[in-house]
Amino acid sequence: MLELKDVRKTFNPGTVNEKTALNGMNLKLEAGDFVTVIGGNGAGKSTTLNAIAGTWFVDEGTITIDGKDVTKLPEYKRAVYLGRVFQDPMTGTAASMQIEENLALAARRGQHRGLRAGITSAERDEYREKLKILDLGLEDRLTAKVGLLSGGQRQALTLLMATLKEPKILLLDEHTAALDPKTAAKVLEATERIIEKDRLTTLMITHNMKDAIAYGNRLIMMHEGHIIYDVRGEEKKSLHVKDLLQKFEEASGSEFANDRVMLNK
Amino acid sequence: MNIMNLISALPGAAAQGLIWGIMAIGVYITFKLLDLADLTVDGTMCTGGAVCIMLMLNGWSAGPALLVAFAAGLLAGLVTGVLHTTFGIPAILAGILTQLGLYSINLRIMDNKANQAINVDKYDLLISLRYIKNVPVYKNTILIVAVILLILIALLYWFFGTEIGAAIRATGANLHMSRAQGINTDVTKILGLMLSNGIVAFASGLYAQYQGFADINAGRGAIVIGLAAVIIAEVLFGKLGKNFALKLGFVALGGVVYYLVLQLVLWLGLNANDLKLVSATIVAFFLALPRIKDRKKGVADNA
Repeated sequence: MLELKDVRKTFNPGTVNEKTALNGMNLKLEAGDFVTVIGGNGAGKSTTLNAIAGTWFVDEGTITIDGKDVTKLPEYKRAVYLGRVFQDPMTGTAASMQIEENLALAARRGQHRGLRAGITSAERDEYREKLKILDLGLEDRLTAKVGLLSGGQRQALTLLMATLKEPKILLLDEHTAALDPKTAAKVLEATERIIEKDRLTTLMITHNMKDAIAYGNRLIMMHEGHIIYDVRGEEKKSLHVKDLLQKFEEASGSEFANDRVMLNK
Repeated sequence: MNIMNLISALPGAAAQGLIWGIMAIGVYITFKLLDLADLTVDGTMCTGGAVCIMLMLNGWSAGPALLVAFAAGLLAGLVTGVLHTTFGIPAILAGILTQLGLYSINLRIMDNKANQAINVDKYDLLISLRYIKNVPVYKNTILIVAVILLILIALLYWFFGTEIGAAIRATGANLHMSRAQGINTDVTKILGLMLSNGIVAFASGLYAQYQGFADINAGRGAIVIGLAAVIIAEVLFGKLGKNFALKLGFVALGGVVYYLVLQLVLWLGLNANDLKLVSATIVAFFLALPRIKDRKKGVADNA
């Protein structure tokens, strides 16, 4: 479903700020894979997601989605294959537009946008039903401006927008990191429900090691721009946080350093 | 200071204000919806009038001439849009470049003259400062401009509710999100700039007919007047309604308020040469007003 082959990316080449963010990144996802991604600061987790999304072009290597080489495709064209939820709740929605308008924009991902109505009444009914799944009371506030919503509500809405048109790949970039624990749990719950319902191929970055073990069928650990540990199935299920820390030290020869990492066991 | 002088000047000021209100709606599209400051309009506010008057002097009737003026504005917006998106020039600079280039083009359109007059008695003008008083209702300039304004607002209300219109609004609201939802933000920015400048050039065509001439300096400081109307609308009428069509109407009324205030200070004995200074001051005041209000409420300065 998704394949990254020897992807390399260096930011600010030739300057004092030169930073090799991806250094021979290889990754292959089968359809229906739900992969959690962990790693220290600057390991290249978000960079990997941005490379897939086409925020910029990679220096070397190829990216293939569902058999199609998208390496040279601009971000807005790749969007047809991808659903994205960002770390910052402000990034995924348009604050000055209504809830239903945001959803209608997402419903037209990958379609030609012409002079047809931006939203129809049939759509409104559909959105009302879908918003009920989130269980946040948003179904009664279709015409409210998204700027009025809380961070958790905005992330849940972004999640719904990302999956409204079933994406080939769902990219979640620490999408619960900015939320309080209770809201984070609720959004994560909704995430799992939606992924299971549509059997979505998913890449989820998380700073919570426990979540990384609990969710998905596969876990990868990144360090210095490539994967240093890749585990799936039964072996993954039996992991403990201390195993992950040990693996990290073995593979990288240093201690796990992440400002936000949560080690709760 | 005869109060009758002021009163008799008010209808003219209202008509001019409405025409500039149409222009301000163009500015609103870039400044508010797309979140871009586009200075191209200082050029297009001359181009539209130049095109319109020259065509009419060559026998065209007002309607088609205004449509060609609109098209000329679209082209100017296209140039700025391509400079900004395809070539990555900052929007303000891209606008200034187009505006500067337009100065020469405007002179060419006007047969290398700085001013081209059109005689209201010889040509069938749609509007004129002579059609304010003592004319049949259907020829009244204020009424005609008001009707044009309402049609324009209705069209824009429809357009910004369509898929592509919503995509343009989304681009201004959140660039990241727009791209993630598959919107080609370069195209939406270009479309917004084109539409904005088309409307400004259309207003320019109306203004030139109103005054009875096209002038190379017609657009000087136009962006300031347009912004003034947008901001006056926000400050004075912002709380009266959130509906998009209403907001556009308020922007047009903002233009009227601007011209009425201008008329008032002229009546108070201001030298006409000082008008630009007064304009700049009025706009600076209204631009500063939201911040001043915030300060009074004790809101933290986040500049």
